Amino acid sequence: MTVLKLEGEGDDWRLHLDGDWSLAAMAQIEAQLRVLPGGLHGTLVCDWSRAEAPGIGPVWALLMRLADLGTEHFDVRHTGDPPHFLELLQRLETQHRAAPAAPEIAPTLEHTVGEVGRWAVLQGAEGRAVIGFFGRLVTVLREAFSRPRALRPSSLARHIYETGITAIPIVSLIAFLISVIVAYLGAQQLGRFGADIFVVDLVTISVLREMGVLLTAIIVAGRSGSAFAAEIGVMQLNEETDALRAMGMNPIELLVAPRLLALVIALPLLTVIADAMGLAGGGLLSLLNLHIPLPQFISRLRESISPTTFWAGLVKAPVFAVLISMVGTYRGMQVRESARELGRLTTVAVVQSIFMVILADALFAVLFVQIDF
Amino acid sequence: MEVRSNEIFGIVGGSGTGKTVLLRTILGLRRPDAGTVELYGKDVQELAAADRSSLVQSYGVTFQNGALISSLTVAQNIQLPLREYHPVSENTLDELADLNLALVGLARDAGTKYPSQLSGGMVKRAALARALSLEPKLLFLDEPTAGLDPISAAAFDELLLYLHSQLRLTVVMITHDLDTLFRTCNRVGVIVDGRMITDTLDGMLQNQNPWIREYFHGPRARAAEKDAHG
Repeated sequence: MTVLKLEGEGDDWRLHLDGDWSLAAMAQIEAQLRVLPGGLHGTLVCDWSRAEAPGIGPVWALLMRLADLGTEHFDVRHTGDPPHFLELLQRLETQHRAAPAAPEIAPTLEHTVGEVGRWAVLQGAEGRAVIGFFGRLVTVLREAFSRPRALRPSSLARHIYETGITAIPIVSLIAFLISVIVAYLGAQQLGRFGADIFVVDLVTISVLREMGVLLTAIIVAGRSGSAFAAEIGVMQLNEETDALRAMGMNPIELLVAPRLLALVIALPLLTVIADAMGLAGGGLLSLLNLHIPLPQFISRLRESISPTTFWAGLVKAPVFAVLISMVGTYRGMQVRESARELGRLTTVAVVQSIFMVILADALFAVLFVQIDF
Repeated sequence: MEVRSNEIFGIVGGSGTGKTVLLRTILGLRRPDAGTVELYGKDVQELAAADRSSLVQSYGVTFQNGALISSLTVAQNIQLPLREYHPVSENTLDELADLNLALVGLARDAGTKYPSQLSGGMVKRAALARALSLEPKLLFLDEPTAGLDPISAAAFDELLLYLHSQLRLTVVMITHDLDTLFRTCNRVGVIVDGRMITDTLDGMLQNQNPWIREYFHGPRARAAEKDAHG
């Protein structure tokens, strides 16, 4: 229990510092210091004889409080075995008073306008940076194709494995389940009109044109887009990209291009697998729930799709791959300074790449209707 | 090995001999493969969770690269353990941050900076300020002067000696810096051939083990020794 007692009158004051004065009692000490009255003058004697285990922090807080009360109006003395570090703290306190505190910036109108302007300039710079990034990437890719070694086959293989092959189970499972759900709900509705057989049309067209590729792209954006951003981001924090540049190597060629090419190869292949699994799911549900035998399902499937249906889905995959890998790697390259930035930009990478994929999908839908694909 | 209170104990050894592993074991960040670690006479592994928490508060640690939390300012880094264990007002927290900055000789405005804005020497000092914030009696330092220029490193040595005498700290320090070793340490533990040999510095200079001879009588050691004594 900490007790702070001020005794005396006129020019002669005595401050008893009794009880626990360790850092653990800081909250109590703080509260008691706050009620010390101002307007002291003459001498103030701090009596340490009954203070237990005085800590550095509490003693510092006492010195600070006394200074706030106006030590220019009274002399402070210490008696009764003051802590051994008191002299050190007094010296530090003098230095501390001499050093100006960091000025606090009050928000003014000028400041606010300045912030808006800063934001606008930053957005403009970011826009230019994105275009610059794309331009450098295109240059690197053009060079790489004329010089096959620059394609980094081993790195390419690793990324195809990580973004493609390891994604097969989750992509298959989700494509299968979603198409089962679509077929099941479709059967509920179409069954009312006795149009059960059109479930096959519903499943095949939706899976081949849209859902196979879109679901795959979204899963890959979540898996690999974030991985790209995080991996390159940590390399940025570690100055690995700077090291590459200093050794005359281009991080875009080494880090970005292999990931982009790998995804452009892997995503269409994953889409084919997702399409197959989606059709399998639709077929299985038709067989079990609607009692449409498999041969009938397949012949209906042939009738329902035009030759372009499959390609209308697949052709989108490389475009989505480019979007996902560019957003992921670009955000990774933007990481500077702190772990928080890394987390923020990884999140941004995933959110933006999914958004871009869906936006591109919408544009494709309009385009395909216009050209009757 | 045994560390006595109020001494500065240096741990040296070739790269890969397990100095950092030793430190991590003492701190309870990994379990010892064999043997026990006792701090203040108690086996660290046997402690209950509550005792462990108070044990952790009783020592300060700095890591090789500072390990300041990069998303917090220096002042917030210093306040982090204070906030966790001693809930006091913001005003007092700011005062305590100023105190710890002053103790390690950093300017007041360094508190508002982020770790990425600091120089190497300032990072080491800021890490020390954070380690000191709970007023420990025992400090563990992992390579406190590695990567500093000789002037900053010498200033850090002086700071350490100063804090050691003023705050009566016990310091356990891993170091490769021979100047630091000769300037600050009372006793030294050398990890050689998988064993720890502890002795005073003078004792080490007499030691006949080939690695220790090489270490303490190499050209760099002779220069550092001459500096420390002359």
